[in-house]
Amino acid sequence: MGPIATTISRLYGTRGWIALGVICAVLFIVFPILSLAVPASSPFHVSQYWITLIGKIMCYAIVALAMDLVWGYAGILSLGHGLFFALGGYAMGMHLMRQIGRQGQYQSDLPDFMVFLDWKEYPWHWWNTDQFWYAALLVVLVPGVLAYVFGFFAFRSRVKGVYFSIITQALTFAAMLLFFRNATGFGGNNGFTDFKSILGFAIATPETRMALFAATGATLIGALLLGRWLVTSRFGRVLMAIRDAEQRVAFCGYNTVNYKLFIWTLSAVLCGIAGALYVPQVGIINPSEMSPANSIEIAIWVAVGGRGTLAGAIVGAGVVNGAKSFFTQAFPEYWLYVLGLAFILVTLFLPQGLVGLLRRWRTAT
Amino acid sequence: MRALLFLLLLALAGPSVALDRAAVAKLAFGDAEERSVALGVLVAGGDPQAVALLEALSEGEVQSAGERVLIVRGEQAIDAVTGEKVAPLPAEREDVVANNRLRREIENALSALKLLSPDRASRLAAAQALSSGASDAVIPLVKKALAQESDPDIQSLLGQITATMELQSGTKEGRLEAIRRLGESNSPNSKTLLMGLLEKDKTGKFIEADDDVRAAAQASLRSVEAKLVWGEMAGLVFAGVSLGSILLLAALGLAITYGLMGVINMAHGELIMIGAYTTYVVQNLFRAHAPQAFDAYLLAALPAAFAGSALVGMVLERVVIRWLYGRPLETLLATWGISLALIQSVRTIFGAQNVQVENPGWMSGGIQMLSNVVLPWNRVMIIAFAALVLAGMWLLLTRTRLGLFVRGVTQNREMASCVGVPTARVDTLAFGLGAGIAGLAGCALSQIGNVGPDLGQGYIVDSFMVVVFGGVGQLAGTVYAALTLGFANKFLEAWSGAVIAKIAVLVFIIIFIQRRPQGLFALKGRAAEA
Repeated sequence: MGPIATTISRLYGTRGWIALGVICAVLFIVFPILSLAVPASSPFHVSQYWITLIGKIMCYAIVALAMDLVWGYAGILSLGHGLFFALGGYAMGMHLMRQIGRQGQYQSDLPDFMVFLDWKEYPWHWWNTDQFWYAALLVVLVPGVLAYVFGFFAFRSRVKGVYFSIITQALTFAAMLLFFRNATGFGGNNGFTDFKSILGFAIATPETRMALFAATGATLIGALLLGRWLVTSRFGRVLMAIRDAEQRVAFCGYNTVNYKLFIWTLSAVLCGIAGALYVPQVGIINPSEMSPANSIEIAIWVAVGGRGTLAGAIVGAGVVNGAKSFFTQAFPEYWLYVLGLAFILVTLFLPQGLVGLLRRWRTAT
Repeated sequence: MRALLFLLLLALAGPSVALDRAAVAKLAFGDAEERSVALGVLVAGGDPQAVALLEALSEGEVQSAGERVLIVRGEQAIDAVTGEKVAPLPAEREDVVANNRLRREIENALSALKLLSPDRASRLAAAQALSSGASDAVIPLVKKALAQESDPDIQSLLGQITATMELQSGTKEGRLEAIRRLGESNSPNSKTLLMGLLEKDKTGKFIEADDDVRAAAQASLRSVEAKLVWGEMAGLVFAGVSLGSILLLAALGLAITYGLMGVINMAHGELIMIGAYTTYVVQNLFRAHAPQAFDAYLLAALPAAFAGSALVGMVLERVVIRWLYGRPLETLLATWGISLALIQSVRTIFGAQNVQVENPGWMSGGIQMLSNVVLPWNRVMIIAFAALVLAGMWLLLTRTRLGLFVRGVTQNREMASCVGVPTARVDTLAFGLGAGIAGLAGCALSQIGNVGPDLGQGYIVDSFMVVVFGGVGQLAGTVYAALTLGFANKFLEAWSGAVIAKIAVLVFIIIFIQRRPQGLFALKGRAAEA
């Protein structure tokens, strides 16, 4: 077997690869056909609503995956991952705002909210955001650099466990307050919305939607394979050792700070990319994405699915968010009970999550 | 009131003193300027008959019959000058109309006339009404009132009103004199007035053309500011202590559950909220069943809030938290789930809107310390209350058997268990104590802020910051941290605005934790590594 074949067999077994292939076929062939080619009158037609919803949930799944990498494998519970997600979203949002051009309500070169504030030109941090490549760079760099700097100091001073969780929460809370201000230059409370086009294509057409959907699916699969490759490598083993006994790993001669810093920064970058894919599909980004409650919800996606399994994180994001869209429409007043109970029951009775449950059931039979 | 005055006038018709006939005529028939002057003349006398005439004029009840000016109500009429009854109504009458400007001046003049009232409260109210803008016509009256006035508060208000008016209309000497007098006052209004004289227009030129006036204004401004600066500092210190005491109240319960027991209770904010809602329920019970004792409801609400939150806390400890000891991250998630469920249940029971919690009578108002510093009673009470709760908690932890057990279990659970301490019960009681203190905080916070389902969410980040900043397991650290953060927040706020101040404090704590992960007051020795 060549090195590539070794890697392939290391990532997943035959059944795993077949399952992945089926999922790819559904995402990239079945959905586009059912949505674009099948007429709207047919019962097999998949409406825009579902495409947007599944696209949105796949963005969340990328975030859950990123969370699982740091929490499930390195034992670092972040309560601020919503911040990285929102920063990626804002970076993409800035570009989309500039794509509106003069089609805004005030027909100005500036976005409506700047006209409203009586600003005459773009503030400095909007420099060059009309270039897609630059915005895409920001999507990766802003969350990445912030996470690197924050993680560097935190891990170096051995801030860990609950302390770390609480200061990440404070970080996202501070950022939310900052972005709520009009003077910060990100549209204050309302954030960015009313996007018209992306890369020259009108943003609301079924074709553009489907392209964004496919791009999100591809990113999710790519992130899953990357994560799987990382955690099955030597690097991943050291990471798990750090999770279980950090001091012992350090005494063995490993620089644990660098390991944690790498996975932490990578996780933040994945969140930023997820945010950038989320904004054009959902059509809005505002500071409430940075609220501590949103970030802590990410943890429950991972916990429900099963920590330290990657696939579990994706399952968890799907189950929790699917339930959320069902409940918030059908029984809005019960959603918080369901979510609250999910937090309690999963931590008390399902420490391994749904994937763990499945595994237990499989070994039992 | 107006009807009464009219009847009074009818009754007094004969003996009253006549008004200045020429002035009345000018008021009725003159042009705009003459009418304004006549108004001043009539008002300066401070005569009740003048009051009646002015009120009638602003109500459109003044008519003229040839040269005579009449106040007409229905079929009765009196002569405006003499105050005599006019028996058969003259057939030929015309309305005397007051335009808007005159109406405004009349209103002004009427409140000026109240300056001579024997009742202090109505004099003060009149002076306050005039201080937001007085017309020239009332200057003589205000001066007269100033000469008679004995109350220092009203005196300073009146002095300011005259100075303001002279500043606008007087001669240069009058204006300089007025500026000098403003410099002697210590009220924030004088400062605003003087600053107005030093303003520039859009092109950067001074609006006030006269150099001497500007120089005098600058000098007076400096002297006013020097007097005000103490008040501002005192106000800032008070605001800092006040915010510190609020933070302390919110964090004290957490100092037990997190600081001593090591339980990350994300539902702490919701225990505060339950305390606030208990206060609301007690308030409604008092309003419905004992309205005469309404002012005492807060005293009954304190134990109720403590008991309510403590009960919820103990149930949570028994049902959920107990099974997660030693797994802090899981505790964090489970208690977050509890907080969501609690928020939603309060929403279901009380509705999503904020509810009204009224201050009892003895908590409204404040102490006037300096001209620009008022200490509101509810804030003062909360500072005192925070100190009381702190003292009570300290006594409980250091002087009682339960406190001894709690400290014992914290320091060495196994050993405590070996010597017969019922550790499981101590855990429940300690958690209940922390929850109860959160309830007390909720009761206090209901007096100064909104009470709604989201109340707790606003405090959770702050209270964790206080406990972490102070150093886990340190009661003294929590106190210092709360006060430090309160001061830092208020001083930064004065300098940069509320939001930036809050962000700066959060960022400061984040950086601080990186430098000193153990907080301000680190536990020394082996315990620090655990």
